[in-house]
Amino acid sequence: MAEPKTLKEQFWDPVAGFGVTFRTMFRKVVTEQYPFEKQPTAPRFHGRHQLNRWPDGLEKCIGCELCAWACPADAIYVEADSNTTDERFSPGERYGRVYQINYLRCILCGLCIEACPTRALTMTNEYELADTTRADLIYEKSDLLAPLLPGMEQPPHPMLLGKDDTDYYRGDFAAPPVGTEPMPTRGPSDHANAPEPEGTH
Amino acid sequence: MTTTPEKTGLVNVTIDGIQISVPKDTLVIRAAEQIGVQVPRFCDHPLLAPVGACRQCLVDIPDAGNGKPIPKPQASCTLPVAEGMVVQTQVTSPVADKAQQGIMEFLLINHPLDCPVCDKGGECPLQNQAMSNGRGETRFDGVKRTFPKPIALSPQVLLDRERCIVCQRCTRFTDEIAGDPFIALIERGAQQQIGVADDAPFLSYFSGNTIQICPVGALTSAEYRFRSRPFDLVSTPSVAEHDSCGAAIRVDHRRGKVMRRLAGNDAEVNEEWISDKDRFAFHYARQPDRLSHPMVREDGELRPASWSEAFAVAARGLRAAGSSAVLTGGRVTAEDAYAYSKFARVALGTNDIDFRARPHSAEEADFLTSFVPLSNEVEYADLETASVVVLAGLEPEDEAASIFLRLRKASKAKTRIVAVAPFTTRGLQKMNGRLIPTVPGEEADALRALADDGETALDAGGVILVGERLAQSHGALTAALELARTTGARLAWVPRRAGDRGAVETGCLPTLLPGGRPVADAGARVDAATAWGTGSLPDTAGRDGNAIIAALAKGQLGGLVIGGVDPRDTSDPAATLAAIDFAQFVVSLELRLTEVAARADVVFPVAPVTDKAGTFITWEGRPRPFEAVLANPASLPDLRILAGIAEELGSPLGFRTPHDVRAEMESMGPWDGARAPLGPVKEKKAGRTKARAFVLSSWKHLLDLGSMQDGDAHLAATARAAVARVNPAAYDALFGMLGEPATATLTGDRGSVTLPVEVGDLPDGVVWVPANSAGRGVLADLASPGSSVTIKGARR
Ligand code: SF4
Ligand code: SF4
Ligand code: SF4
Ligand code: FES
Repeated sequence: MAEPKTLKEQFWDPVAGFGVTFRTMFRKVVTEQYPFEKQPTAPRFHGRHQLNRWPDGLEKCIGCELCAWACPADAIYVEADSNTTDERFSPGERYGRVYQINYLRCILCGLCIEACPTRALTMTNEYELADTTRADLIYEKSDLLAPLLPGMEQPPHPMLLGKDDTDYYRGDFAAPPVGTEPMPTRGPSDHANAPEPEGTH
Repeated sequence: MTTTPEKTGLVNVTIDGIQISVPKDTLVIRAAEQIGVQVPRFCDHPLLAPVGACRQCLVDIPDAGNGKPIPKPQASCTLPVAEGMVVQTQVTSPVADKAQQGIMEFLLINHPLDCPVCDKGGECPLQNQAMSNGRGETRFDGVKRTFPKPIALSPQVLLDRERCIVCQRCTRFTDEIAGDPFIALIERGAQQQIGVADDAPFLSYFSGNTIQICPVGALTSAEYRFRSRPFDLVSTPSVAEHDSCGAAIRVDHRRGKVMRRLAGNDAEVNEEWISDKDRFAFHYARQPDRLSHPMVREDGELRPASWSEAFAVAARGLRAAGSSAVLTGGRVTAEDAYAYSKFARVALGTNDIDFRARPHSAEEADFLTSFVPLSNEVEYADLETASVVVLAGLEPEDEAASIFLRLRKASKAKTRIVAVAPFTTRGLQKMNGRLIPTVPGEEADALRALADDGETALDAGGVILVGERLAQSHGALTAALELARTTGARLAWVPRRAGDRGAVETGCLPTLLPGGRPVADAGARVDAATAWGTGSLPDTAGRDGNAIIAALAKGQLGGLVIGGVDPRDTSDPAATLAAIDFAQFVVSLELRLTEVAARADVVFPVAPVTDKAGTFITWEGRPRPFEAVLANPASLPDLRILAGIAEELGSPLGFRTPHDVRAEMESMGPWDGARAPLGPVKEKKAGRTKARAFVLSSWKHLLDLGSMQDGDAHLAATARAAVARVNPAAYDALFGMLGEPATATLTGDRGSVTLPVEVGDLPDGVVWVPANSAGRGVLADLASPGSSVTIKGARR
């Protein structure tokens, strides 16, 4: 037989529980009204990927597949191809013809952007990655490419910033007009968008 | 391995404190491998002569065997062991390790490190060994030497010069193995590079091997450039399907698509080399006209049908057509060939079956029936030990590439090569061979004369290789057998297609049942019938390919089951197509919508070799089994389709998969009774050559317009040009003495073709043209086999 309950247990304890509720009624509400109100993420939040462009609109991705190689979730699929003089998508010889990220697999770990040798792949803070079909969650290159900013041209087109890929990679090109850097989103994970000189490779 | 000669007398050495005994003349780098120490290396290759070009393999020698140390680190790939030698590799010697790191640093100074865009990235010896035996950080901060990217050595092989570490594997391969030294080292110092003459591109049939052995990404193929990464690829070992050599290959595929093929390593067959055809010609299986579902003809049009409907329609049609025949073509696996053979006998009740989709003769059928099945007198290794190898009706470089490389290797030792051929080909030159100039059709005389030809000195140590083309020369196969008998030399038949030998072994001939059982032998027929559990088998020899075509055209045969036959390869392409048109009912088993399939009443798609297991039997008689590379359940092998039709016909074949067939073939076993005797050779029809006419000689180039090379423009661009060849006298008569490039129009009984003309050491009155390098091929466009043509010169 359990011991008979004390007075405190019988009357005070049940009411004391409501004390928390009562106190909270007078505090600031922490509930986020998502999706009606969106809150900014932490600046380095790992969100949806983005494939960046050079200031003339050419793609930075060279289709090297290092991102696919690094990916622990096998979420990335890349097929490379050769640029030709008539159809150029990136400076240099090679570009990514097919680029897919499967967001059903991606764990947003960011290992891919660490692997990318050209800073073509970075992450945005975009986190609304839900959809109703599986197929729609496989993002194609067209879904991932950064938007064209003023001064950019949709590839294919010839190299506009220099005579060959070396000029691009060494940063040997006239700085693009102010405000045309491909910086559609904020956050340090996006730091590579500015055409920083990368001539030390 | 060439660099590990099996000589008697072992030498004791100490490597990294471990004592081992190795044969005399073993290189230190190989001896180290035996104790499990991998000395880093680039230029060293077990099948190439040592050069010591890259210096990466430096080791320390504290005692050279004479008690004295060698003061400087030594290249272990050029240093043979000596008795009592003490070797310290990077494992135990800081000196060797530092030396190797220093060399690696030098190699990397001018290396672009553009691994992300380099095809070799991920499987690169330079990448790997820079990690294992190099310094982590570079100390070089100057400007690297660069070259404009890349230059095309040939339409297929591209060279990125800045990646080259000048190891010379490529130039050594072309010089030592292929004999096509189109590329060489040029310039000096940091500018040293691989170069090619502007007017002589790297058009070697074996150029792809240099890409495979290049230890960096300097050589790449236009075809595979940027296609995938090593970690994307699943590698499956397989066997090349383009010739009867059975070369081991490795098929690398990504998501159900073959991306590239590499040479496998089989010391007994192809060593580590394959031809460019074996390497690059695989796109044929994914051309847009590849069949994906069965079709039946309804109201004159082919329409898609289900498998079961197509089986039923095929069976109904064949039953209604009365007697039917089977043409298999030479591309079938042994299992499929067995199924065709059993299908003809058991389901159709006929011996009208032939695999020979090319000019053939009754004499050849006799030869194939009595001599070829179960024979394996000659193997690749025997070519190297033979005193002399006689080639008749065979141009190995074009028709059997692995044999060519073996013969070239043998000819560099002590084997003499003698060719009974119309002219000295580039291949024969490379084998340092002797030509016995022979007018086509007179091979029999030439072979007979060889029996007591002092210079050839053919004896029991010799080998005679006869090609399938000898069938077109009256009496030649018989003469070859006779020559082998009188001299004691060993004889082997070398067909051109991968499935030919397997088709002989499985009885796809009107006179032969599987396992070498002659149709004419009642005992053999009973043996086969018992194995198959049928009452009896047709007891008369059937019609051969030509007779089947003739009988179809005359209406004596109603039905035809036809596999991968290209009518353009047959003796009379027009007649073959006409016969297929005329036949009452045609069942076609095809990969693609070919001329034949388009004319058939029922079309079944068959699996290409990548989609099925099978076996090719090499010219030696060596079975080369392989498994399916890709899993494609919609793609059925020929044998499954034949089994389906046979079931509908009421005489099931009793198997459904290649493995069932393998088991059945094994339990049936070879025939141990008497072999069919050779029939008498019929008198030669007195053929009369018209005055001023040229006897036509012809064979197929390795790379030509064959449908199995479709889909790779880069490969096609490396094919040899279509030229006609005549001797200088005829050339002068045609074009005067000017000697300018000239074209001529050749006219035969089937049409005329116009080709550039070159001179060669041909006999008088002989012209040579490649069989399938222009138009629809010689048999369709120019002349019937063994006929003659007239030539009209025209200045360009
Ligand atoms: S974030 Fe991580 S899981 Fe997602 S694609 Fe990149 S590497 Fe793969
Ligand atoms: S995103 Fe970067 S790592 Fe991925 S393929 Fe493109 S260049 Fe290579
Ligand atoms: S191209 Fe390749 S194989 Fe040839 S020398 Fe250069 S590194 Fe060696
Ligand atoms: S491997 Fe020995 S010098 Fe190149």
